[in-house]
Amino acid sequence: MNFNLKIWRQKDAKSKGAFETYRVENISADTSFLEMLDILNNNLIHEGKEPVAFDHDCREGICGMCSLHIDGRAHGPGDGATTCQIYMRKFKDGATITIEPWRSAAFPVIKDLVVNRSAYDEILQAGGFISVRTNSVPDANAIPIPKADADESMDAAACIGCGACAATCKNGSAMLFVAARVSSLAKLPQGRVEGARRAKAMVAKMDELGFGNCTNTGACQAECPKSISIAHIARLNREFLSAKFED
Amino acid sequence: MALKLDAKIPAGELAQKWSNHKAAIKVVSPANKRKLDVIIVGTGLGGASAAASLGELGYNVKIFCIQDSPRRAHSIAAQGGINAAKNYQNDNDSVYRLFYDTIKGGDYRAREANVYRLAEVSNLIIDQCVAQGVPFAREYGGLLANRSFGGAQVSRTFYARGQTGQQLLLGAYAALNKEIAAGSVKSYPRHEMLDIVIEDGEAKGIIARNLVTGEIERHGAHAVVIATGGYGNVFFLSTNAMASNGSAAFQCYRKGAGFANPCFTQIHPTCIPVHGDQQSKLTLMSESLRNDGRIWVPKKLEDVKAIRSGAKKPSDIAEEDRDYYLERRYPAFGNLVPRDVASRAAKERCDAGYGVNETGLAVFLDFKTAIERLGKEIIKQRYGNLFDMYEEITDVSPYEEPMQIFPAVHYTMGGIWVDYNLMTTIPGLYAIGEANFSDHGANRLGASALMQGLADGYFVLPYTIGDYLSHKIQAPKVKTDTPAFDEAEKAVKEKIAKLFSIKGKQSVDDIHKKLGHIMWENVGMARTKESLEKAIVEIQALRTEFWQDVKLTGEENEFNVELEKALRLADFLELGELMARDALNREESCGGHFRSEHQTEEGEAKRDDENFVYAAVWEYKGMDQAPELNKEPLNFEFVHPAQRNYKD
Amino acid sequence: MSSFLCNSSVGKKLVMSISGCALVLFILFHMAMNMTALFSPEAYNAICGFLGANWYALVGTAGLAALVVLHFAYALILTVNNYRARGSQRYAVTVQEKGVSWASKNMLVLGFIVLGGLGLHLFNFWAKMQLVELTGAHTNSLGLAPTDGAALIAYTFSQWYYVALYLVWFAALWFHLTHGVWSMFQTVGWANDTWYPRLKCISNLVATIIFLGFAAVAVFYFIRSLCPCCAGSC
Repeated sequence: MNFNLKIWRQKDAKSKGAFETYRVENISADTSFLEMLDILNNNLIHEGKEPVAFDHDCREGICGMCSLHIDGRAHGPGDGATTCQIYMRKFKDGATITIEPWRSAAFPVIKDLVVNRSAYDEILQAGGFISVRTNSVPDANAIPIPKADADESMDAAACIGCGACAATCKNGSAMLFVAARVSSLAKLPQGRVEGARRAKAMVAKMDELGFGNCTNTGACQAECPKSISIAHIARLNREFLSAKFED
Repeated sequence: MALKLDAKIPAGELAQKWSNHKAAIKVVSPANKRKLDVIIVGTGLGGASAAASLGELGYNVKIFCIQDSPRRAHSIAAQGGINAAKNYQNDNDSVYRLFYDTIKGGDYRAREANVYRLAEVSNLIIDQCVAQGVPFAREYGGLLANRSFGGAQVSRTFYARGQTGQQLLLGAYAALNKEIAAGSVKSYPRHEMLDIVIEDGEAKGIIARNLVTGEIERHGAHAVVIATGGYGNVFFLSTNAMASNGSAAFQCYRKGAGFANPCFTQIHPTCIPVHGDQQSKLTLMSESLRNDGRIWVPKKLEDVKAIRSGAKKPSDIAEEDRDYYLERRYPAFGNLVPRDVASRAAKERCDAGYGVNETGLAVFLDFKTAIERLGKEIIKQRYGNLFDMYEEITDVSPYEEPMQIFPAVHYTMGGIWVDYNLMTTIPGLYAIGEANFSDHGANRLGASALMQGLADGYFVLPYTIGDYLSHKIQAPKVKTDTPAFDEAEKAVKEKIAKLFSIKGKQSVDDIHKKLGHIMWENVGMARTKESLEKAIVEIQALRTEFWQDVKLTGEENEFNVELEKALRLADFLELGELMARDALNREESCGGHFRSEHQTEEGEAKRDDENFVYAAVWEYKGMDQAPELNKEPLNFEFVHPAQRNYKD
Repeated sequence: MSSFLCNSSVGKKLVMSISGCALVLFILFHMAMNMTALFSPEAYNAICGFLGANWYALVGTAGLAALVVLHFAYALILTVNNYRARGSQRYAVTVQEKGVSWASKNMLVLGFIVLGGLGLHLFNFWAKMQLVELTGAHTNSLGLAPTDGAALIAYTFSQWYYVALYLVWFAALWFHLTHGVWSMFQTVGWANDTWYPRLKCISNLVATIIFLGFAAVAVFYFIRSLCPCCAGSC
């Protein structure tokens, strides 16, 4: 297969970027999207040009490092998959593919397609944890947890922190990310103890970092590579509001 | 100068060693902890849990990772589960049984005392993780669920769907975040350690490169902990993440730390087969699939041909024409034999011509029987995400046709040599998790890597490092303007400048692929004296080629992925040779190390307990010098090495 | 505790949700009131008389005006925030995500149309009814009693362009409410995966009832104006 790639190039955070077009040829349909970029990069190196910088690591859809906006969609075509899990058989032979970095005020571009997502770390540092010390905990089976609750907690905990939710949201809102963490811990008795404090602190941090407001479009859930439901946003709202009303 | 290898194993009964040791070692008072700095490199299960625990204790911790967030370390990709001797299933599990299974699974090449301690703290890990909010799978009664894994006859594996590593890492990362928020830990993402700084024979800090700006930074501390994982990417194709590398560990080795058992590489039996030469990495299918999946190849070669040509579908092959070779060869453990055994059995069938894809390098993992027995729904609940992932990659639904699998490089049991305190041969330098060599011997059992990472980080290092640091309470803040730091920084800068000056013709990946090929062909699943000698010569030649012909792009002082890769490959090119040398030295077959010259008549690994009951610890002598072998003898006081038997 | 209503994103959304909810309830009441005009102009006028410029109606009107201002002001603040959060560099290519309604991404535009319709409505009716009473006059510019709402309806909807404009207005309101109604449940946290289909169904139902209720009156009076017999004058 052959493709034309329209890729965003930007030297660093301060420089102005622009699209450049490249061509790759003889790509097997079983090649993954990132392997296709590897091939492009190897070609560029041999031509003495700078390869395209993009984030990636595990290449099995779990580390959350890869972050490309492909043909208008966060993580490209295919539902419930990260960029690294997209295979070239999803594209038409000869197609022109537009590749952009995440666009969000809170995710500034570092280089080409690489963005800085440390804002997500900061939100979690604000309260995305249960304050237990190492070694001062009860037996694991001391608190039975209904299977349904554990399962729902796990649904939310599947978040890989890739940033697709904020990147795809027309409002640049990080609500799905925040909600996934708050909801995951809120569903467990261990997490309830700090529930109110957590919801308030994380929402406050999210606002402070310049993320937008949720308008319930549901775009985040549609593009989330882990298909995390906006029901968790409803739970975050509930947690936050009930915490505020108790103040 | 030979290395001083004192394992510092405490005296006494096996079950008492750890408690006795904890009682005997020194502690640091809270006021003094505040004055002490610790650097941790790597934020996987080991690094994150250690940083969180040390921060909580009151030390000043700096933590470094090459990814954009500590949460992305490759521990996150572990799928199947984590072992613990809880005996929640009432199947007569115990600390001793977990210890025994691990020692036996490691083919009697691990230290008894370390492994027993690992089994002992395994239960605390589960308690800790549950308290952190890790959503482990549960039964309807609300209690924790378990499943079985290879090499065990009990169900002791705790899991969170197929994402156990992710959930455990998020737990440790959350604990880390708590400490970052409290100010006790400072995080340095997108930073790569390029050298370790040794002063007066002690580890005093690191030289790191800020991967965004390219700036070379100095960081000093009273102790340095290496938690940078394994070096499986020396094979180019492996299940490791793309950026996983052996460089931090290799700098320690270069600066004088012993490197133990580098040849012990685990080849995981259930990976998706290689599809072409453009492939960048191999995808693991969790070992948990072997709970319900049955591995087979056709009995008749004509069926193999028919499947390869597409004339027959695997599901067309009648039950009596299928060779469930693991069940045939190992009736007691069947499809759940340890990884090394399963991998070699697959290789044996494929070498005999029964491989089921075009390349002849694949066997079937079939869920037909399980779906008939349990129904599609239950199988979907258990493995749904793995099945979807498989279908996404291969375009074949495992509900309809069996999966195709083949072994791939997965984990390295070898690593930096550490004593019972997890300290390397350099005082003040520690290594934890996959980066050290300690607990898995020649083969690691499934669901034990997560256990070891967290055991080291939460429950071992925080105590043992105190023993060393208690001697540093009078020591002032480590200064970074000393000759040792100057020299280390200068060396790093020179190395980078040299790489840029080569201006050759080959990209880093071009050379890395060649290295991977040499390694897989000659230092892979089966090794011979000839193949290893050949590998050493070829790697040396390739290294010369690298230093004369590599082509870098961009500049030093910017975000430059090619430079990062080149620096890592430079180390892989030495590490690969070290692995081959170690494999050549070890004239026996054990665990993941299989020397074709040493096998039983049935083709099983034949250990040599007369001559090789030791950890081979290598000492660096220079890039083009042969390293020196040191031996740490392994004393089996409590279990007696026997041939591993998974047949009955 | 109340500062979060101005400072935090979720608090601001709560204001949108509650004010929106109150407006929806008022619209439902208004629609029910209008429906009486279909059956009995006298009954409709009785309601107009009952409301008129009495203190409770005035308080209600002032409250409604405040709600509209609040809902709109917050919408503007949120939209500006959101625009900034999106960053200065926009995507070159975007697509409509699966399962995402058009209305949900265009609430502000729809809101402007609704506001425009409201202005027209105030000019057509309120200015000729309650406002007239407030000024103490006994007849409005059309020479009708300010409480003769039925006649005003008949007059306004006999003109086709008003009917068309009102229908556009109602349609915009329909779109706005299909997203707005379930969204207010989501914002206060009364939603989950089981209830999403139900809530969306309720949203569509409420929006459709409101659309049909208002449109029926406009269309009914327009058709009546075309046929003099229907008006009872033949």
